Amino acid sequence: MTELMKLDAVSRRFGGLQALQDVSLTIGRGEVLGLIGPNGAGKTTLVNVITGVHRASGGTVIFEGRDITRLRPYQTARIGIARTFQVVQPFPELSVLDNVSAAALFSNTGVGVREATRFAREQLQFVGLAAMADKPASSLTLAMRKRLELAKALAMKPKLLFLDEVNAGLNSAEVEQAMNLIRQIAGGGVTIVLIEHLMKVVMSVCSRIVVLHNGALIADGTPSEVVADHHVVEAYLGKKYAQTATAGA
Amino acid sequence: MKLGRDLLLFGLVLLLGTLPFFGEAYTLRLGTFACMYAIMAVSWNVIGGLAGYPSFATAAFFGLGAYAGGVLLAKGAALLLALAFAGALAFGGAMLLGAVLLRLRGHYFAIASLAVGEVLRELTNTATNLTGGGMGLNIPLGAMTGGILGEATFHFLAMWGLLLLALAVVVWIERSKLGFGLACIRQNESAADMIGVNATLYKSLAFAFSGVFVAMAGTLYAAWVHYIEPPDVYDILFAVKPIVMALLGGLGSTVGAVLGAFVFLGIEEVVWRNYLQVHTGVLGFLVVVLLLFLPHGLVSIGRRLRTGRAPA
Repeated sequence: MTELMKLDAVSRRFGGLQALQDVSLTIGRGEVLGLIGPNGAGKTTLVNVITGVHRASGGTVIFEGRDITRLRPYQTARIGIARTFQVVQPFPELSVLDNVSAAALFSNTGVGVREATRFAREQLQFVGLAAMADKPASSLTLAMRKRLELAKALAMKPKLLFLDEVNAGLNSAEVEQAMNLIRQIAGGGVTIVLIEHLMKVVMSVCSRIVVLHNGALIADGTPSEVVADHHVVEAYLGKKYAQTATAGA
Repeated sequence: MKLGRDLLLFGLVLLLGTLPFFGEAYTLRLGTFACMYAIMAVSWNVIGGLAGYPSFATAAFFGLGAYAGGVLLAKGAALLLALAFAGALAFGGAMLLGAVLLRLRGHYFAIASLAVGEVLRELTNTATNLTGGGMGLNIPLGAMTGGILGEATFHFLAMWGLLLLALAVVVWIERSKLGFGLACIRQNESAADMIGVNATLYKSLAFAFSGVFVAMAGTLYAAWVHYIEPPDVYDILFAVKPIVMALLGGLGSTVGAVLGAFVFLGIEEVVWRNYLQVHTGVLGFLVVVLLLFLPHGLVSIGRRLRTGRAPA
């Protein structure tokens, strides 16, 4: 598997808080990587540093062989890195179609409005929102907004797609739909980093999982390796439980 | 529907252009002010209405244009050259300043933009050699034929032409990629960043376009009144009035901004004539009443009537 992105000792401090500490990680082309960790572990911060929302305090981010550590968000958007937000971020007054068209128009240089709109319609079709195209984005339900967020990200023709808790707040039927979509996107050749709390989703969709805890990477491996890892159990359930679990095993 | 609105807008303004055929000096003076106010309101709408950044820099652009153009005119330059210079200076200055100021949001940006005018006013006051400082600047009467009426007609047509130009550019912005990007920025700036909108560039462009025509109107104003002084052209009311006009007409709407400017001038003129002592007080009261009962501006009247007629 060829390398798409490489993080080398990436750190980020917020005042006295070390949010990310020497995170080194390679993401292969076509991979579906699960990024998990307890609340506050630094998962979203890592995405923010990669996309340029926050500057890295140290370390480098390499994407397709190019150093992108210092790029701003609109620049990372244009080289093929897309993300969905944990808290959905539509443009409320624009129609659903315009929301997606905007993403297609501004992230791909040299695309006209007409072509962007056509491509946006395809994405809406794909995520199952075609019927809502002319409604204002503010009128959508949460599950629909999550799918709109996905359509926006896809309209950017990403090479690397960060999905930040796309399933949070959805019921089990909706989660099932979302998982199908994710599998289809991955099947289309897009590299995906899935940030997720629902272990069922991570275990079934991801080919590899990395675990963040207190800003540091504590595990990296196949799903079954990671859930059996001593450090991971400790991070999620506490030291005491980890000891009993290991002793019992 | 949007096209109909734009046509209505241009029709209205074109109609105003027939004023010299039956106007006397007073109506022409009023017409010139109407165009000047409309230029200010339409310009403010680009940064305040489209991009969502409440700018108080209109007075700064106006004063800058009045002095930049006025000084050139006083040195004997042609009016077109003075206009071009004032416009270019305001555009360039706003691009540079915008990249810094537009990092601030909401109230912080409003206050910072207010300071720009004050700084420029002090600079103008101090640069006595160039601007005449507190003594003001005399702009020589151009060789004009036709007496008072001829001159009034010329200045009216010049301001009216500038309004047409400003409208054409602003309507183009609304329909362009720039306008689309500004709408995204207004609604959610971090999401706009994430889909590849270069927010800093777009906001700076919006700020520059909100300044360029106001500065040119300042130059025309200086040529029109022949004498300018800092408290006159950097008047804080020039920063506040365009905002009131835009709100009166309907925030974010160009037709609304033009309507708002005309209605505002009408109210101002009537109130000023009848209540000389307390006219600003009465004017303020009227504005508050209008905004209370028409929070979405004059352009919402049509919509209201339609929904009122429709069965509930």
